[in-house]
Amino acid sequence: MTEELNPKFSFETLVVGAANRLAVTAARTVAESPGAAYNPLFVYSPTGLGKTHLLMAIGQLAKQLAPQARVEYLTIDEFVEAHHAAVAAGQSEALRSRYAQVDVLLVDDVQFLTHRREMQAELLRIVQELQAAGKQVVLTSDCPPADIEDLDERLLSRFDAGLLVDIGPPDAETRLAILLRRSEERAAEFGAGVLQAVAEFEVPNVRELLGLLNKLVAYQAVSESPITPASARELLAGEVRTQAPMTTGPAPALTAAGEPVAAPPSERPDEFADFLSDVAHTVEEQVEAWRSRLGEAIMRWEAEGYGTGRLERLLDQDVPVSLDRVLRQFERDVEQLRSMQATMAKVDAERAEDPVFYDPDRLDEVDQLVQTALHEVGPPPGPSAAWALSSFVIGESNKLAHNSAQAVVKQPGVRYNPLVLVGPTGVGKTHLLHAIGHELAAHPGAVVACLSAQQLIDELVEAISNERVDVWRTRYRRATAFLLDDAHLLTGQDRTQEEVFHLFNELFDSQRQLAFTMGRVPREVEGLDDRLVSRLEGGLVVNVPSPDRELRRSIVVRKLHEDVGAADEELADYLAARPAESIRSVVGLLQRVIVAAEAQGVAPSAALAREMVEGAAPARPRVSAAVRTSGIMISPSGGVRSREKMVWHWPDPAQRVIEEMA
Amino acid sequence: MSLVNFTTREITCKIVYYGPGRSGKTTNLQYIYGRVPDDRRGRMVSLATQTDRTLFFDFLPLELGSISGFTTRFQLYTVPGQVYYNATRKLVLQGADGVVFVADSQARQLEENVESLQNLQENLLAQGADARGMPFVLQYNKQDLPQDLVLSKEELDDALNFWGVPSFSAAALAGTGVFETLKAASELVLRKLSQEEPV
Repeated sequence: MTEELNPKFSFETLVVGAANRLAVTAARTVAESPGAAYNPLFVYSPTGLGKTHLLMAIGQLAKQLAPQARVEYLTIDEFVEAHHAAVAAGQSEALRSRYAQVDVLLVDDVQFLTHRREMQAELLRIVQELQAAGKQVVLTSDCPPADIEDLDERLLSRFDAGLLVDIGPPDAETRLAILLRRSEERAAEFGAGVLQAVAEFEVPNVRELLGLLNKLVAYQAVSESPITPASARELLAGEVRTQAPMTTGPAPALTAAGEPVAAPPSERPDEFADFLSDVAHTVEEQVEAWRSRLGEAIMRWEAEGYGTGRLERLLDQDVPVSLDRVLRQFERDVEQLRSMQATMAKVDAERAEDPVFYDPDRLDEVDQLVQTALHEVGPPPGPSAAWALSSFVIGESNKLAHNSAQAVVKQPGVRYNPLVLVGPTGVGKTHLLHAIGHELAAHPGAVVACLSAQQLIDELVEAISNERVDVWRTRYRRATAFLLDDAHLLTGQDRTQEEVFHLFNELFDSQRQLAFTMGRVPREVEGLDDRLVSRLEGGLVVNVPSPDRELRRSIVVRKLHEDVGAADEELADYLAARPAESIRSVVGLLQRVIVAAEAQGVAPSAALAREMVEGAAPARPRVSAAVRTSGIMISPSGGVRSREKMVWHWPDPAQRVIEEMA
Repeated sequence: MSLVNFTTREITCKIVYYGPGRSGKTTNLQYIYGRVPDDRRGRMVSLATQTDRTLFFDFLPLELGSISGFTTRFQLYTVPGQVYYNATRKLVLQGADGVVFVADSQARQLEENVESLQNLQENLLAQGADARGMPFVLQYNKQDLPQDLVLSKEELDDALNFWGVPSFSAAALAGTGVFETLKAASELVLRKLSQEEPV
């Protein structure tokens, strides 16, 4: 009862044009996801426009995508026949359950249901059942469902609830595409322009079009001379039926139900032509309006003294331009010129008046000029390369400071801005600050200012006395990072604080990194402007404390490795055990030990260090000796060798008291 | 989606016909469709119920050809008027360059007109479009009905046209006022489009 799907009728062999695009798209969707998109899908068109092709294509694709899917294609006639046979055999339930198992049901020629109430009810039942089970139903007909005479209202509403699409007669391009494809399939070759000539015939459907092609192929087979476009036209002229939908005049509009809308009174002028000319006029006005706007813009910028060559050249061209964009760009360029001119004025007022600063077409040149001038002024003092982040010794006590420095290096201006390192002198703040500067300076285009507050004050004083404060300021405002060491030295320096305040704001606003070192937290520094204090406190204030024992040891070990190649563990332990306020004092002491060792021609050792710090170490503890000291080590020569008041071996207090009494 | 594209030299305008159910939006489009030569129109897609009510939307593409070097396209849409299809209305409104509000001139439909107009405003606002900035035209349809059933243009202007936008009397079934409305809407859209050139 079911026709096999004709493998020739697939989506691949279907020529898609404007007239069937919607139908084909819907069909593809349905085949790709049966039951999900449009259910049922109802395709209608006059005969010969590819409805059956479309149905079979859906079936093929659905089967291809889901090989286990059950796809049934049937015409209404087959459906009726099968139904009658089943009823006669008492098998109507079996037939019904067979349909119920179908995943995609494709029903052709639904228009033949007209006046078959019983079959309509049967189809309705099947459609309902399949829809309820999420199975796909696709139907075709030669007219919209509403036009099928005597069709059950319930079927109508079922069809309407899905998607109704129609296929129109193919347009000239589609006709040509179909002819080309079919003649290729049949290996028929025609002279230039022949198929184009055939495509000109406004045949009402594809079948008739293919009929024309057949005739042409047959004619060519028996003809001695090759077919020309003219002979093709002549040959086929009598074959073509003229069809209402293909006439060139406006086609009668159809309502959704297919009924013609009341025809417009014939005396009405060509409203569309009128509309078109109206639209054309508006578009022309809008498109051409740019010339007058361009003229206005040229006058404006000329009056302000800027070169408008770029805009004038546009006036000469025919192609309308995107004026807003051009004018916006011009305005932006002028803004940039102005800003660069202002920068130049700070460095060199005379050169800032160069005509080049009024020509938006020479932006690059201007930029070069300003960069050169700035370069002549010189960059701000940068970080010292001597202090690298890698040589910074990390211990528990300064880990936080180190981590925040790393974060700053990773995301300058974003993560911690400003970063304020606070701690006593000699704990590595300056090292860390310069290390940050050094890392930041490695970024392309980076200008890192890194200097001490005292240096900044001195520079400003000099700039004031030379009346070059603007130039001085410009140097720092170019900086991509500003790192100020010993910022507490700004105390009482109102003018410098004022400058730092403005600099801070400008750099901060443009997300450039700021970092400071200070002896105490900003709020505890007297004589520092509140505005600065709040800005510094607003960033990350990290304490860098005195080095702990572990850190001291690491420093000693690293220094020993650097200076003498190997670290004496005992020496490291000895020096690390000695309390120290700063890294500097640890390093200083070690340095002295190394120098002394070098002088004596021996390796630095704990014994040497002990001797230097405490004088000659006692051979063994002389606890019971008659001579007691207060703990100050007396050298054999009688002088105090070390001024370190370190008690090496604390005598028994009781004995001391006795001794003094004696 | 609206565009005056200077690079590809294309102008595309989307105009949406809005209004209460049965006010004649689809009829407007059908009339236009009927007057457009074959080569200028795409297929009119009409998804309707068996009672001719627009279920989803109508879509009529118009190819106006090359104007001042620009390939110009109009896309006309209608929305389903029935109150419960608001989601579809919102969808169709998206990216609209202009709106034609088709009001039913019958006195007893005034309430529906007002409601639909409010709904239009709400939907435009929900899309972040400023209803006042949108090219907007009113059409008072069905003026061919007996005078005692319909409100006059002046009365309807008073009741509906509080923004003072262009308004037109129409009898869409016979085509009266259909193209006048479309022309006015197109002109507003085109003028607006050229102001809103993409950056």
